[in-house]
Amino acid sequence: MRLTYLTTISAAALMAAGVAQAEPLKIGFLATLEGTYTVLGEDGLRGFKVALDELGNMAGGREIEVIIAATDASPDSAVRAARKVVEQDKVDILIGPLSGSEGIALRDYSKTQPQVTFINGISGAQETTWVDPSENFFRFNMDGAQWSAGLGDYVFNEKGYETVATIGEDYSFIYTQVFGFALEYCQAGGEITDRFWVPLGTKDFGSIIAALPDDVDAIYLGLGGGDAVNFLNQYQQAGGDANLIGGTIMVDGTVLNSKGSAKEALIGVPSSGPQADDWDNPNWQKFVKAYQDLFEPDQRFPSPSLMATGYYNGTMAMASCMEQVGGDLSDGQAAFRDCLSSIVLEDAPNGSIKLDGNRQAIGTNFLTEVVENADGTLSNKLIKVIENVNQTMGIDEAAFRAIGLPSRDVPECKSSY
Amino acid sequence: MRRFVDRHPLWSVIIFAVVAVLLWMIFAVWPDWLTDAIGRKKVFLNALFNGITLGGLYFLVASGFTLIFGLMRNVNLAHGSLYLLGGYVGYLTADATGMWLLAFPAAFIVVGAFGVLLQIFVFRRMEGEDLRQTLVTIGISIVMADLMLWAWGGDFYNISPPEWLSGPMQTFFVTSVKRSGELVYMKYPMVRLVIFAASIVVGVGMWLLLNRTRIGMLIRAGVDDRDMLSATGARIQLVFVAVFAFGAGLAGVAGVVGGTFQSVAPGEDVRFLLASLVVVIVGGMGSIPGAALGALLIGLAEQFGSVYFPTYAVVLTFLIMVVVLAFRPQGLMGRN
Repeated sequence: MRLTYLTTISAAALMAAGVAQAEPLKIGFLATLEGTYTVLGEDGLRGFKVALDELGNMAGGREIEVIIAATDASPDSAVRAARKVVEQDKVDILIGPLSGSEGIALRDYSKTQPQVTFINGISGAQETTWVDPSENFFRFNMDGAQWSAGLGDYVFNEKGYETVATIGEDYSFIYTQVFGFALEYCQAGGEITDRFWVPLGTKDFGSIIAALPDDVDAIYLGLGGGDAVNFLNQYQQAGGDANLIGGTIMVDGTVLNSKGSAKEALIGVPSSGPQADDWDNPNWQKFVKAYQDLFEPDQRFPSPSLMATGYYNGTMAMASCMEQVGGDLSDGQAAFRDCLSSIVLEDAPNGSIKLDGNRQAIGTNFLTEVVENADGTLSNKLIKVIENVNQTMGIDEAAFRAIGLPSRDVPECKSSY
Repeated sequence: MRRFVDRHPLWSVIIFAVVAVLLWMIFAVWPDWLTDAIGRKKVFLNALFNGITLGGLYFLVASGFTLIFGLMRNVNLAHGSLYLLGGYVGYLTADATGMWLLAFPAAFIVVGAFGVLLQIFVFRRMEGEDLRQTLVTIGISIVMADLMLWAWGGDFYNISPPEWLSGPMQTFFVTSVKRSGELVYMKYPMVRLVIFAASIVVGVGMWLLLNRTRIGMLIRAGVDDRDMLSATGARIQLVFVAVFAFGAGLAGVAGVVGGTFQSVAPGEDVRFLLASLVVVIVGGMGSIPGAALGALLIGLAEQFGSVYFPTYAVVLTFLIMVVVLAFRPQGLMGRN
């Protein structure tokens, strides 16, 4: 797959060589193409390809040359891959990474490479743009806490879940997700009784499942990729029947389209995230169609996952700004970065996106519920759209800082912050 | 048994005490102070059972690995790839025929046949060259990982067990007593119990094969002194091929088991290779009882770790390995 893609690009490059006089624009692409998040990374790559296809592989009058590097969701793999494309292949712009802790690592790395612009793929740890943000790191997706907007309130007030236990992978993105969920849920009046953390890549959840309390109203699942599938499979085998609440990547297309019957435990599970599969917005529909048209049905998901959408948005933002500066990246890419800081992605498939002073997205969030379609597939049905979600989730900045950074036991569950 | 007691009186007392406490913890209704100290009995019992069943899976993978090593002195670092291949073959079979049980012979035969090819075309050509074999198997595992990624993609495959195996079953272990005096029995996933029973059958079968049959005698003789055995006229190459096929087939079967209660996906090959390495290092290279003991220890360590000290769960496995290497470098059941 990767190979054919590169061949296509090189072929296109050869054909276009006579037309485009300007040097090609070198872009590094980083995603988790290995490890427990492989499926997520592959769909991120699809989103990126949809964007390239729409752009005709040109940005600001320059041919785009792509260098793909694989990571495995660990920060050191992300830095290794970034080093390779930045220092060896000398890219102008890097798009990626996908996973939370990778994002934090690349923020730090980006400070040592001021000549390169880093556009986040879809990593969603809060710290990446909230603590010591880097001048040349831009994030056009919301973080994990923003993706939780609307969920805590909904499960308390509409579903009537008064006590919840959480289980999540032990790393920054899931901390951020639980953070966002807890803020809203606890303010609404709910109580979080236990928080379980498992290492990323856990395969055997048997004992964790047994340790889940029986006397809570619902269990919040902050797992993704292979871990999510393994958990659901073993949860079903153990006869689990508690109410579930899904974290964003727990109910994403990457899990809803896994092989086997494990995913059926998710039917009816409420969740929230940066998109909803059945949103009737024309921009979203157009993006879904472009995605479906570009790939064969057996080589993609029925509709794009949020990984695809995230990489697509980042790439489109980059292309618009390249257009605006006419492909000119001189002066340390200053004009290009000014444009990125102030651009508003009006036509983004998942609602308008703009950046705040830390180059972090302010965007739209979606409250969803998993439904079974007529053909037996699962998808996310829209319940509510929440617009203009910023990184502090509407809380005053000083008060938000006082809560502390998301971690295993931050935030405390309080009725006001 | 008697000799052991005579020679190590102190150890015998300690082992006896541990077993007694464990039995009491399994069968008694826990008093409140114990629940306050280490949590509910349900959690403990589940961790114990899960550790044992996970150990069963590790044993299936590692026994093939250790058998091959014991006989041919060949560290087959492509063993994890055989596991993964078995998982995919099992999924395809179960998916196409709708029969879960059929996945096992299919995986055994296909992966076993692949093992035969490996032995004939790769290992026989570089017999006795340990380093070269090791490097070549690393190469094979990388190539196979990419080929499987190409064929099956990065998706997660679940092999669904049949109706009668899915869901939990009631066991006779009491986990707690309700206020009304009613006893609460533990529920446990049926499929894990069946798989554990199957791995015991495989283990006992292997022991019988090795210790009670002519082929087993040949294999044991080969483990002790390969050159001497071939000098007596035994067709050792044939034995090698058979053992390799059997070890590979076991890895394939383990893949189906793993795909049933976990999932099949890229990266699992490396994880199970690592697990088998740890298991045989702890248990002793080349020893089947050692593999069983090592698998049990590692499985229990992982499960108890994940519940009682989740932060350090990953370290625990390697800690066991370090301790064993420090005090008994040949492994718990290994020979000098």
